[in-house]
Amino acid sequence: MRTIETKEITRNIKEMCIEANHFLSKDMACAMAQAAQTEESPLGKQILGQLQDNLEIAGKDMIPICQDTGMAVIFLEIGQDVHFTGGDLTDAVNEGVRQGYTEGYLRKSVVSDPLIRENTKDNTPAVLHCEIVPGGKVKITVAPKGFGSENMSRIFMLKPADGIEGVKDAVLTAVRDAGPNACPPMVVGVGIGGTFEKCALMAKHALTRSLDTHSDISYIKELEEEMLAKINRTGIGPGGLGGTTTALAVNIETYPTHIAGLPVAVNICCHVNRHAVRVL
Amino acid sequence: MERHITAPIDKETASKLRAGDYVYLTGTIYTARDAAHKRMQEALEKGEALPIAMEGNVIYYMGPSPAREGRPIGSAGPTTASRMDKYAPALLDMGLIGMIGKGKRSQAVKDAIVRNGAVYFAAVGGAGALLAGSVKSSEVIAYDDLGTEAIRRLTVENFPAIVVIDAEGQDLYETAVQEYCTL
Repeated sequence: MRTIETKEITRNIKEMCIEANHFLSKDMACAMAQAAQTEESPLGKQILGQLQDNLEIAGKDMIPICQDTGMAVIFLEIGQDVHFTGGDLTDAVNEGVRQGYTEGYLRKSVVSDPLIRENTKDNTPAVLHCEIVPGGKVKITVAPKGFGSENMSRIFMLKPADGIEGVKDAVLTAVRDAGPNACPPMVVGVGIGGTFEKCALMAKHALTRSLDTHSDISYIKELEEEMLAKINRTGIGPGGLGGTTTALAVNIETYPTHIAGLPVAVNICCHVNRHAVRVL
Repeated sequence: MERHITAPIDKETASKLRAGDYVYLTGTIYTARDAAHKRMQEALEKGEALPIAMEGNVIYYMGPSPAREGRPIGSAGPTTASRMDKYAPALLDMGLIGMIGKGKRSQAVKDAIVRNGAVYFAAVGGAGALLAGSVKSSEVIAYDDLGTEAIRRLTVENFPAIVVIDAEGQDLYETAVQEYCTL
């Protein structure tokens, strides 16, 4: 048994909200720098150069990379040997978000009710996903998600007969429809299988996977590579203004599914694909 | 081509801008996004005056992050313009001459741009820290209760933007993508 005080969760989440909104993770920063070198369109190259400048200014002057500092999506992988003390875990998570967004000069973009739409003024609540895993550690992933790209995400309830070609069409359709709205170059998270909600969650989680890794499943790895190449041939380009860099990566997660179904979720993220990770 | 223009923008200047032009904007522009547009629409329906004049003015679809002490603004990049498509034609018909945002516009907005000799600019999405450097002052002038969504008057200097839809109805999002599509 390991005891963790919930105030430790609050402190870490506060710091991670601020960190994620000012500094891209290393994998994302590398992918952006590389894209600025390889882009073929002159205007696209210029835009990617501006995005390099933007990242530098954000870190140096502590201005958020993007003004949409997102809704705080948080994944907690909780070791089953961990016992939390000091109060409600969900409250501790939200307190971390509240402190991070108010003290860190981050934008408050959350409304309390989807239809009445009153701003909560502290960016709470977070969207929290908890998973119980073996061991005595807690892995925290803070992934603030902007809604320019979130709005362009899709779920397709395909049929088994649609097969892998159906999956490819679905991904390409979502990316093409997203176009300039999703602030390309994008990162494309895909969930295949499971149920309606499981595939959406896999697509979201896939966005937090390091860009320099691939799926462990060899044919899914090939699918990731094939789809990235295809997406980069759509012509959408940086800022949607034409070019050869439309996506930086396609990350796919899969799960067993029902004999009657083939759910596919495509969660699109802009080039500010934020994910801060800490293990306690 | 590269152009330096001042805002508010006169009709002659706007009509000469072409899709693909790279523009540096200096002068006064106004921010408004979803909630402010909804309020302006409601004001128009009630026959009330709008908090800002439309004639010759430019609206920047943007809701900034909070400014740190001593700075005019926080991160200040464009938001997706299509969410304002429902409201834009009426404002363009009232004389609004420019919009800055990101992403595609509806046919109704394109028609209103052509009809009024207006222009739609894109700023680089997700470059809010960089774009903040072009904002020299910021003042909330209406709907303060909307927080980041309030209407702000911005003084900008060499604010970089790209003409996406021009007064002739040319749309750079369509032509530029075709040029690089190899599927």
